[in-house]
Amino acid sequence: MPNTESTRYTILFAAAVCVVCALVVAASAVGLRSQQEANQLSFRQKNVLLAAGLVQPEEAPTDDEVRKIFDRSIRVRLVDLATGDYLTDGRLDANTYDQRRARNDPASSRAAPPNNAKVSRLPTYGAVYLVRTGAQDAAIEQVVLPIEGIGMWGTLYGFLALDRDGRTIRGLTFYDQKETPGLGGEIANPRWQALWVGRHAFDANWEPKIAVIKGNAGPPEQDRYRVDAISGATITSNGVSRLVGFWLSSDGYGKYLKRFREGGGS
Amino acid sequence: MSATDSVFGTRARRTLFAPIITNNPIAVQVLGICSALAVTTRIDKALVMGAGVTLVTACANLAVSLVRNYTPSSIRIIVQLAIIASLVIMVDQFLKAYLFELSLELSVFVGLIITNCIVMGRAEGFAMQNPPLTSFLDGIGNGLGYALVLLLVAFVRELSGAGKVFGFTVLPLANDGGWYVPNGLMLLAPSALFIVALLIWLLRTLKPELQEKD
Repeated sequence: MPNTESTRYTILFAAAVCVVCALVVAASAVGLRSQQEANQLSFRQKNVLLAAGLVQPEEAPTDDEVRKIFDRSIRVRLVDLATGDYLTDGRLDANTYDQRRARNDPASSRAAPPNNAKVSRLPTYGAVYLVRTGAQDAAIEQVVLPIEGIGMWGTLYGFLALDRDGRTIRGLTFYDQKETPGLGGEIANPRWQALWVGRHAFDANWEPKIAVIKGNAGPPEQDRYRVDAISGATITSNGVSRLVGFWLSSDGYGKYLKRFREGGGS
Repeated sequence: MSATDSVFGTRARRTLFAPIITNNPIAVQVLGICSALAVTTRIDKALVMGAGVTLVTACANLAVSLVRNYTPSSIRIIVQLAIIASLVIMVDQFLKAYLFELSLELSVFVGLIITNCIVMGRAEGFAMQNPPLTSFLDGIGNGLGYALVLLLVAFVRELSGAGKVFGFTVLPLANDGGWYVPNGLMLLAPSALFIVALLIWLLRTLKPELQEKD
């Protein structure tokens, strides 16, 4: 039995414990990563479908069902955010495009103009999800945009679905957020998200107008541009309001949305 | 080693079963209340959390006990924490890989198993003095005791707050065309305090020896 109280022994013992623990943690993280990434992709796709109203929150579709509906009714395309034009030269594959990675890479992003949503970098190309539930040549029914911005504790990632008219909101979801469970975390609650459906994102002059407000907002037909904030989560609610406004503006998807509503989305 | 000390002898059985009722970590030792409030709105969440804590407590007890004679006493707490934290990260990674959507709802509370007083308390209070197998059983027992209370609380909360048991509707809700008007308070954290308090009251009434002398 070594002298367990000597300094030398204590340091060696601590180092050994660290190495063993690090190996265990690293092995579990690396070994399970591919499964986790598959889950995240499926969850993102499910949230696109949720935003577009193609699946309902209480349906709890399996991963296979999600993939089937997604492949059948969603076409992913890339858009140059600065001009609003589709990327047509096939340099990037829209289906495997990782917008978060692109946004962090200086080669495929730029600094965002000053904005109150605290978006710091903009990807050169943004994904758009075109929804077409009918036949191949049928008209596009909705467009789903990825949105992100700062809430209380971290970045909120979600999707916003707009109708063919480019104005009416068809749905909003958040699939990745670190807000306080029960308070800001309620932005992930389908009941709160349902408040957005049917309201108008833009006013008559096509300026982004939808906002989260304190107090009571009426039903969508009467209270076009306002959504009830979440009680006890002012900072998260303001964050959502600002980030939606940012991505609708000409700094975000605004130029594309103009083209979408005027040009038929094709 | 006498017969009563063997793995399935009475001592081992006591180690395993005592924490489930007579020495329950939540109802008697009043440890781990934080997560008992947070993850008991639905039975499936409580079940996964209970399983996670049982696994972590048992494995942490086993590992701490295995190295207990080699651990310098000056760094024993941090060694226990390193072991517990590694196990919790493993559980978290596993949930993200195989129970993804449930892991989103459990969110921070899986990570907070690290600071759950039950795990640390059993490692320092039991596993440091006892052989590995007994410590492992003690961890299982304490984890199950914790899980039992969580499940009881979650059953009451899910049934009265949402009219459901394990996600299946038992009491049809009034706003879905049924007759049951759910008690919204039961879905909020304070209700768990009332239920845990009632459980403690019940247990102390049934087992008067648990009552403190004035």
